[in-house]
Amino acid sequence: MATLAPRPGRVLRWNDPRIRSVVWQILFVGIVVALVAFLVHNTLVNLRRQNIASGFGFLDREAAFGIGESLIAYSPADTYARAFLVGLLNTLYVSALGIVLATVLGTVMGIARLSSNWLIRKLAQIYVETFRNIPLLLQLFFWWAMLRISAPAPRQAWELLPGVLVSNRGFVFPVPIADPAHRWMLLALAFGVIGAIGVSRWAKRRQALTGAQFPSGWVGLALIVGLPLLVFLAAGMPLELNWPELKGFNFVGGGAVSPEFAALLIGLTVYTGSFIAEIVRAGILAVSWGQSEAASALGLRPGQRMRLIVLPQALRVIVPPMTSEYLSLTKNSSLAVAIGYPDLVSVANTTMNQTGQAVEGIAMIMAVYLAISLLISLFMNLYNRAVALVER
Amino acid sequence: MTIRRRVGALAAVCIALGVGTAAQAGPTLDKVKQAGQISCGVPTGIAGFAAPDSQGRWAGFDVDVCRALSAAIFGNADKVKYVPLTAQQRFTALQSGEVDVLSNNTTDTLQRDTALGLNFAPVVFYDGQGFMVPKKLGVKGAKELNGATICVAPGTTTELNLADYFRGNKMDFKPVVIEKVDELYAAFFSGRCDVITGDASGLAAQRLGRASNPDDYTVLPDRISKEPLAPVVRHGDDEWNDIVRWVVYALIEAEEKGVTQKNVDDMLKSEEPNIKRMLGVTPAWVRRSGSTRNGPITRSSSSAIMARSSTALSARIPSSNSSAASTICGRTAA
Repeated sequence: MATLAPRPGRVLRWNDPRIRSVVWQILFVGIVVALVAFLVHNTLVNLRRQNIASGFGFLDREAAFGIGESLIAYSPADTYARAFLVGLLNTLYVSALGIVLATVLGTVMGIARLSSNWLIRKLAQIYVETFRNIPLLLQLFFWWAMLRISAPAPRQAWELLPGVLVSNRGFVFPVPIADPAHRWMLLALAFGVIGAIGVSRWAKRRQALTGAQFPSGWVGLALIVGLPLLVFLAAGMPLELNWPELKGFNFVGGGAVSPEFAALLIGLTVYTGSFIAEIVRAGILAVSWGQSEAASALGLRPGQRMRLIVLPQALRVIVPPMTSEYLSLTKNSSLAVAIGYPDLVSVANTTMNQTGQAVEGIAMIMAVYLAISLLISLFMNLYNRAVALVER
Repeated sequence: MTIRRRVGALAAVCIALGVGTAAQAGPTLDKVKQAGQISCGVPTGIAGFAAPDSQGRWAGFDVDVCRALSAAIFGNADKVKYVPLTAQQRFTALQSGEVDVLSNNTTDTLQRDTALGLNFAPVVFYDGQGFMVPKKLGVKGAKELNGATICVAPGTTTELNLADYFRGNKMDFKPVVIEKVDELYAAFFSGRCDVITGDASGLAAQRLGRASNPDDYTVLPDRISKEPLAPVVRHGDDEWNDIVRWVVYALIEAEEKGVTQKNVDDMLKSEEPNIKRMLGVTPAWVRRSGSTRNGPITRSSSSAIMARSSTALSARIPSSNSSAASTICGRTAA
């Protein structure tokens, strides 16, 4: 009797797991959307009622405040938008350098913690346990105070090399004055890098086919250094330096690294490096000891064993937690505001106070950090996919 | 620092949630009476303006304004909750209702008055932005500061005036912007900056309070801005605005008439009509000035204002400002 047993799915049944899950999901999304809409609406109404200006129109107005360090040309006559950009670039600059240096330091220290040499092992352990366990803000204050207090005033600056001076205003050094040949050198450098990658690929393929080895590392280095050097020599060595000189209160000309930037970079590198060291150590330990024994049995030297056998396998374990470290380093760079490095947060703080538009300012800071973090995650995930174990 | 930023963010969230007592007509006084205390936003620590003493009791010029308000409303100068706020946090704290009034060395500016939803009470202190330098630099005036590295606190008109002054005089400078006052002055006194800039009153206080040898430093004679410092309330609550305004006027009037904590009881017997009105011996003037539905300023509380706070206030308004003070009092009488 077909009429007595209705076909499944024709009647709305709350016990049907598919229907139930769809209903709950719609309900959940609806609640979230309603909540966000309520918050936004409420904010706008409250701001209007309190006569507080809102909107992003202020970005086009003149910022009228100075910024101490900038990678691009900036003057107080520029707009708030440009001031934001200056802050953003400063944040990206210190974060990018910090990520590279922390990775290098952390990898070296992580490997050193597994060294068979007692002294190296213990030194690395002391480094990790010290810097991992002190709050970053305190470390920043420490480095900043060290750089400020231990160095002399500009007029008594220490001259490390001719033109390279250290004072409590930072570190100044001569920089080459731009010359057309330098552009060709950059091009040569790019060719060198491409060539080195090509050689390395070719050598790998040849080794896979014939077993014959090729010193691709040395050849690559020769290409990267040699090609620009050749161009430099061929152009008649055009190297004129812009020397820093003491004029009035400070050094004028040359390149400069401020104590704030240096303290922030050192602090971020050393702090994050200690975490990365532990990640690297854990990754290496995750590779079974048998792999190392087998490599030794094949006659590989310890360096080769690490480089060719252990590290490639360890990377699979290392990369995902490393992403988190990179993210936290970038976000920690906002502590710059405490020691006076003009990062995004510092510039945004001043902007918010001058315009009074805190909601917009905070929203912009959050959006920027979110965007940077998502980008880092994206690249690290892509890299992770590249080094992941390919199962056959 | 993170904590401070969090407070700022929290305040922004408070606006979003509508948690704060937003400015409807006249709710601030009700809220204050219900809470039994005034929530007063003061600086985090400027000797002479607002700083806790060794017993943790707040004292100073800004604090006295809070105490006078409390005396006016409760007849007792101690019904105040002091909320220390940095320059960064203060406006959000006031807007969101976290504090009822700012007595926070705040400069009255057009932008703040119009775009931030604020109202400024009468000016209590005429300050101006100045520069402090180590004497050994041999600098005699601000015009010689071209190329200097300058320590400055963020979130005030100070940054703006600094940039304007150097731009206007076609000079260059390098700002080092540090939020926390302790770190800012530590940076200056350790030689990180050639110059430190800020309100001249604050520079003078910090020179005496923080320098290992105050004689090594000097505040340059130039004043690059006018900084009329005034208490601040939310826009839209006229009643509360009236109370704050007239408490300040009463303090200024009392100073001019020489009514102090010591002599207030004798002054009750004074024959001078204005003093009699001010202290409520003749009721009309005070009643009219506090013409609010609850009539918060009563005879007893107005003499309490004098008794509790005016000594400190009159002792601290510098004599050079007396002309300004009498201008205001002229307005009072009008």
